[in-house]
Amino acid sequence: MNKIENEMPILRVENYSKHFELHEQHKLIPSSENVNLEVYPGQLTALIGPTGAGKSTVLKGIYRTYLPSSGRLLFRTKDNVEVNLAQADEHLILELRKNEIGFVTQFLHALPRQSTEDVVAQPLVQRGMDKMQARDLAREMLSDMNLPEALWGISPATFSGGEKQRVNLARGLVSRPRLLLLDEPTASLDPNTTEKIITLIEKLKEDGIAMLAIFHHPELVKRMADKVVQLESPIATEKLLKEIA
Amino acid sequence: MDKVLEVKQLSKVYGSGCPSCFELTGPEHNTNICPQCGSVIAAHNVSFDLYKGEILGIMGESGSGKSTAVKCLYFDQPPTAGNAIFYDEDEKYDLFEMNAAQQRQLANKRFGMVYQNPHLGLNFDISAGGNIAERLLMSDVLNYSDIRARATNLLTRTEVLSERMDELPKNFSGGMQQRVQIAKALATNPPLLFLDEVTTGLDLSVQAAILDLILEIQQEQGTAMIVVTHDLGVIRLLAGRTLVMKYGRVIESGLTDQILEDPQHAYTQRLVASAL
Repeated sequence: MNKIENEMPILRVENYSKHFELHEQHKLIPSSENVNLEVYPGQLTALIGPTGAGKSTVLKGIYRTYLPSSGRLLFRTKDNVEVNLAQADEHLILELRKNEIGFVTQFLHALPRQSTEDVVAQPLVQRGMDKMQARDLAREMLSDMNLPEALWGISPATFSGGEKQRVNLARGLVSRPRLLLLDEPTASLDPNTTEKIITLIEKLKEDGIAMLAIFHHPELVKRMADKVVQLESPIATEKLLKEIA
Repeated sequence: MDKVLEVKQLSKVYGSGCPSCFELTGPEHNTNICPQCGSVIAAHNVSFDLYKGEILGIMGESGSGKSTAVKCLYFDQPPTAGNAIFYDEDEKYDLFEMNAAQQRQLANKRFGMVYQNPHLGLNFDISAGGNIAERLLMSDVLNYSDIRARATNLLTRTEVLSERMDELPKNFSGGMQQRVQIAKALATNPPLLFLDEVTTGLDLSVQAAILDLILEIQQEQGTAMIVVTHDLGVIRLLAGRTLVMKYGRVIESGLTDQILEDPQHAYTQRLVASAL
């Protein structure tokens, strides 16, 4: 652990805030207020806090699915260059998503006709890996996720919630990004599969992968997190709304 | 990363135009028709870059100017103003400075276009294979058996039964016509492909298959594409970045997931809210 602490953080979030300006409703909705945190290689940082505290908003800001309102999101690339994700060029963000930053959300967006193993292999193929090799790695990962082999060849469109979630996780983990964002990755999984995921995440940590995660269960935070960042509901909520009204 | 296309301040006006045209139209005026002279401002100051292997979405309602932009780039219509540079291997083409013959030749060899209406992209008087041959002939592929082999290959690739390559497109279903159009567009392995509402009007399973095909082509060949559509689902599945147009103007641009989940402009917010 000491060795890791001596390393530079891979991500530094400084005073990140995000509010949503809803033009139709003439409202400004604060979602994250002045969030500060650091994520180190080989460590899992957990975001905790009540519903509405802006946990997902932090992850989406880092991934740039949300456009941050203020603050800096400093990501250290594999070439050791610090990039402010809040303002980086869109092409650079797309490159980082392809090669360095992964995001496992609670939802799976997959192409209608693609087989499950191809859905999982896709991030590797996009990086230029040979299709057959990518498929082998995908199968390995699906097997680690306890997904029945009979399902690998068909599209995940008709899968149950838990099956879809496993495909989603497999796809997020197979490409081994340097920074992995996890939004309730085990929410709809049975205890056996959850244990498998915990083992996989421990393995990723050993390999130096940095993770920033939200878990639905405090027990999981206790077991897996090296650091915990507590978020509060933005206190400014009412004030800001009144100011606008 | 290699830039394929650089479009700067592209404008297209239908009508005589007057000094007030641009000031009095646009999203803030809720019109693209100039109240002074009656000209239609189909597109104004449209600028963007496109990189190799990238799919850029252009979304907006009917009449927003999204197709106009693409039609100018494919030389279907001359722009009123602006410029566009196409980077092809070591060559660089200033698209709107070229003469008509040069433009036609470049579009044939290096661009592909798939229209919503297959009648615009296909010659209905000649067979499916003949349509592909036509494009190859214009690109100086003259050997009969080479052409035949290439057409068979392309039609197989786009899942049109190659036994039917000698049939006229009118015998085909809408989805198949669209596949023949895609095969024709791909005939010369173009580095740049324009797709204008290609799945509109097709049933859902055919739509899915066509979208799947488009993504496969992008992954296999690194083709850069501009996808024009009003369908947010198509944008979500295909495009990495998206421009949103209204009344001829680009009102918002960004990463596609950001446009769909955190739209900034009032119009985009309304559009996304009504679709999801």
